[in-house]
Amino acid sequence: MTSFANRTFTSAEIIGFLVLAALIFVVLPLGLDTFRLNLFGKYLTYAFVALGLVLCWGAGGILSLGQGVFFGLGGYCMAMFLKLEASSPENTAIQSTPGIPDFMDWNQVTALPWWWEPFHSFAFTIFAVIAVPTALAFIIGIAMFRRRVGGVYFAIITQAIAAILTILIIGQQGYTGGVNGITDLRTLHGWDIRTDDAKVILYFVNAVLLFGCLVAAQFVRRSKLGRLLIAIRDQEDRVRFSGYDVANFKVFVFCLGSAFAAIGGAMFTLQVGFMSPTLVGIVPSIEMVIFCAVGGRYSIFGAVYGALLVNWAKTTFSESFPELWLFAMGALFIGVVLAFPQGLAGLYAEHVEPHLKRLLRRSGDVRPAPGATPAPDAAAE
Amino acid sequence: MFDGYSSSELVAIFAMQGFAGLILFSVLVLMALGLAIIFGQMGVINMAHGEFMILGAYVTYLCSNIFETYIPGLFCIYFFIAMILAFIAAGALGMFVEWAMIRHLYRRPLDTLLATWGLSLILQQTYRSIFGAREVGVQIPDWMMGALPLTDMIDLPINGIFVMVLTFAIFVAVALLLLKSGWGKQVRAVMFNRTMAGAVGINTERVDRMTFGIGCGIAGVAGAAFTMIGSTGPSSGQLYIVDTFLVVVFGGAASLFGTLASAFSISQAQSIMEFFLSGSMAKVLTLLTVVGILMLRPQGLFSLKIRS
Repeated sequence: MTSFANRTFTSAEIIGFLVLAALIFVVLPLGLDTFRLNLFGKYLTYAFVALGLVLCWGAGGILSLGQGVFFGLGGYCMAMFLKLEASSPENTAIQSTPGIPDFMDWNQVTALPWWWEPFHSFAFTIFAVIAVPTALAFIIGIAMFRRRVGGVYFAIITQAIAAILTILIIGQQGYTGGVNGITDLRTLHGWDIRTDDAKVILYFVNAVLLFGCLVAAQFVRRSKLGRLLIAIRDQEDRVRFSGYDVANFKVFVFCLGSAFAAIGGAMFTLQVGFMSPTLVGIVPSIEMVIFCAVGGRYSIFGAVYGALLVNWAKTTFSESFPELWLFAMGALFIGVVLAFPQGLAGLYAEHVEPHLKRLLRRSGDVRPAPGATPAPDAAAE
Repeated sequence: MFDGYSSSELVAIFAMQGFAGLILFSVLVLMALGLAIIFGQMGVINMAHGEFMILGAYVTYLCSNIFETYIPGLFCIYFFIAMILAFIAAGALGMFVEWAMIRHLYRRPLDTLLATWGLSLILQQTYRSIFGAREVGVQIPDWMMGALPLTDMIDLPINGIFVMVLTFAIFVAVALLLLKSGWGKQVRAVMFNRTMAGAVGINTERVDRMTFGIGCGIAGVAGAAFTMIGSTGPSSGQLYIVDTFLVVVFGGAASLFGTLASAFSISQAQSIMEFFLSGSMAKVLTLLTVVGILMLRPQGLFSLKIRS
């Protein structure tokens, strides 16, 4: 084992990565049919957002209620590319203006707007998926953190931004597809994304990307930056008085979280085949926070398990008891906050891990895990 | 932009839009007042505030039905009784919620946000199960219908005027209560320094519970007033929660008069722009301006100069 890996992962965390990899790459694909696997792929796209929130909120103490904005922007960038590909002049010959997306034609828009043009290029799309949301996060971050706005006020302003973007998308129907969103996406570079084979492949692409993000998040948490973030969360002023520029660290982690969310959004579009404003607004943004909270806001694995579990429960419950679901969801919010502020990961650390350790110690070779993120009783604002 | 309108028409447009803006202003102030107490004074983010409001609206709806069926003779005054009942119902629920949930979370303000969001989901589903998913409207008493003709082209609806008068009365009452009464002094003492307030003999738990209850009760009254100008559905509350928080934050969280000023500027900007742009663009521009100003001036328009 290299020294890099030793510094970045404890043995317990390596086991955590292996268990999660086994679940995502082996158990789910083998255990589920293509339809269900596609559903779980969709849940995993939310795990990207929850992972970003673990970094921003759990480690840095910045609660953003606008992660849907970044998820949505990433998704819309991808959707615009796919939509342009689906709207070739041959495919749209029956429209009054062939060659533009169908919803533009319905809304009497006769020419492709200039800001749609670059999305003919796949390379630009990939760049935009990351760059557009990150740039927005950078602007928000600079404006807010430089002026030392944090906590509750940051949450409310990001929430307002989510509201603004939703109203904008719905209002500008001719350019964005309005309430329906961008639908009827068919091919990626001529490759039909609606077939079963494509869905399985996209699931694995998504899973690999998620693991890439998990490793990146783990690296950030273990680095000096990660320790500083925790220090900022717990005692921001002391870190500032020690000579660090607190705002820059917060801007960086906020941008990183939004880039994760954007990747998730783009993969959502590819796997589900549409993007709509219902995934951008306040309600989905708060739900994304609850995925993170249920899993455990201090644990990167918790984010993934939380996203999978809550969404699976949502699908299962709302299929059979649509009325009960909202009650259950509400109770979940309240219960997690009041009884398990550290979510599933906290329950695991408290009740399961000690037993496991004792078992392992009997067999010999476990070092105590250093540097596991200590969770404070009261999360700092 | 102004082509095609004569000057008298323009005056009428501005007067009518201004008046519509004033009604929106009243609605925003009513909603924001309760929140200004709960968020501004206590620091609790109550995402279920809209649902407390809707509770008041449903109480009014029930009241109007009961009066119509059993005591039609008194129908013209049912609204005032409904308002008192709405205050009691929402206030009682608020005190219960404070006892069951909020008091455990005073040191974790961001967590109150998640917990009250859960509460709002539960309340919404409860309303949906009891009253159905469709929007309900109340029967407005006769004296509140019709319009007051000001000139040939300008009519002012009476229910709008009534809501404004009501808003003014409630605002004065809240301001007096908070700034002049002994309870208001206790609230401010507890919020300023909880430990010290406890040490000088203020029962901080009781003050917290009363504060939260009164904040929610005012939301209930706002909901009752709201039925006079619009209909109510299980999820109407959620539509306004962002606007309400923005009003309170924009005005400066702890300042009642800041709330008034920010509600006024937001509602007038929105209402006048609405005539010339589409409604959604007017809303986007208004919210963007507010967010932009908040980024420049995070503490809001009117902030108290205190050392923290």
